[in-house]
Amino acid sequence: MTTPSDQLPASTGVSGDGRPQSRIQTVSYLLGLASVASLVVLTVLGLFVTGPDEVQGEVVRLLYIHPATAWVAYTAFGVTSFAGLMWLWPRTRRPMWDHIAGASASIGVVFTGITLGLGSIWGRATWGSWWVWDARVTSTLLLFLLYAGVVALRQVPSSLEARARRTAIGALIAFLDVPLVHFSVKWWKTLHQEASVLQPSGVQVHGLQLVTMLFSFLSFTLVYAWLMIQRTRLARWEDQVLAGGLDAAIEARQAEAGSDLVGSSR
Amino acid sequence: MFRDALLVLGKDLRIELRAKVTLRQVAPFVVTVLVLFAFSLDRVLVRDVNVADTITDSVPVAYVVPGLIWLALLFALLLVVARSVAIEEEDGAGDALRLSGLDPAGIFLGKAAAVAVQLLALEVLLVGGSMLFFQARLAAPALLLSATLLATIGLAAVGTCYGALSSGLRSRETLLPVLVMPVVAPVVLAGVQAWQKALSGEVGDGWPWVRLLMVFAVVYLSFGVLAYGALLEES
Repeated sequence: MTTPSDQLPASTGVSGDGRPQSRIQTVSYLLGLASVASLVVLTVLGLFVTGPDEVQGEVVRLLYIHPATAWVAYTAFGVTSFAGLMWLWPRTRRPMWDHIAGASASIGVVFTGITLGLGSIWGRATWGSWWVWDARVTSTLLLFLLYAGVVALRQVPSSLEARARRTAIGALIAFLDVPLVHFSVKWWKTLHQEASVLQPSGVQVHGLQLVTMLFSFLSFTLVYAWLMIQRTRLARWEDQVLAGGLDAAIEARQAEAGSDLVGSSR
Repeated sequence: MFRDALLVLGKDLRIELRAKVTLRQVAPFVVTVLVLFAFSLDRVLVRDVNVADTITDSVPVAYVVPGLIWLALLFALLLVVARSVAIEEEDGAGDALRLSGLDPAGIFLGKAAAVAVQLLALEVLLVGGSMLFFQARLAAPALLLSATLLATIGLAAVGTCYGALSSGLRSRETLLPVLVMPVVAPVVLAGVQAWQKALSGEVGDGWPWVRLLMVFAVVYLSFGVLAYGALLEES
């Protein structure tokens, strides 16, 4: 006879390590609540409390998303490279760093994509074009492609150790490229034209707009932290399933064979 | 380290001299790419014999041809790197190399140098082909040579790192381009800019790009020397 309380250990048994797991669970719930709450506040601030801009009108509300998603994207790639480095360093090598690197890389790619998409909409509204070969826009696109490669590298089936090494080294190669991309693209544009459209002089952010924008940074950082916890845990569980898959299959086969044996002896 | 590098370089070049894969497969490929460029950019590049000198000034040639040369070279890089990886995958050659006791940094430098030598040979072909097909006229040899050499070193270094990273993977052919292309974007940009400045006579503006190419080459050569040991551990 099984009661729900009997089944509980089996279902949490996948995640394994008891107490710290439940603490992470609590942190995850709190972070999730805080993210949702702050997004609601941000929506109210961004759509209702702040007014339209003198110069840009309603489009200025993108200011409360676009820079924050860009910030999350850059932070995520920084975290990916740091985690990769920690994995490569023999003393700090733990599967956790690989899970963090993988989680952060994919979140970073998603947020870079969101940033580019929002930027494109903003560009259409203010500069009249969906795409501008501006230095910052171009480097962000290259960053997206660079880390999309890292994520692709991670998807290739191989042993966990080899995959972790590939992710770490791939992330570092990409990270080293970031300043080179930045400067090459910057020179490419500045050697051609004096001022970039992205830095219109005299445009300032102040007052309520500034508060809302800063709040959006906090808000999206919370979202990033929450996503990181989910994706890192998911990565660990996936590995556990992969690692345990064979043992479980053998066990299941043996159990099956056992019952067959019992059946035939009868 | 450098002795080991010379050994590996010698080995890779000897294999190429005997198998002639770059000569018989990659070289015809890059010439084909040049011909296809002529088809795709015919108004810019192709002189019409019936109209008296369609391409009167050298502007399109000075600005378009460098881009074509570097793009074609990038395609060639992917093929040369794939070949450089393939020769280690056959007959357990890579395992033998791992067990040989050679310094991993030396193996990296040797393999990168072999890729660089083959790229240089292909560059001669590409530049010669551009002079023949598109009437490209070379100028500022110091700028052209230093930009090309440094870019080649950088491309070979990155290519060799990613080659080892994707070695043994079944999806290597599709993975290599998606990894290599975005990383070498600054090399293409800087190489094209330096060549454009050289061919259009703005030599002074070309040198900052050479510095960028040098930084790129140094960064990825150092990275390869430090990280190739970890890459070889790959199982």
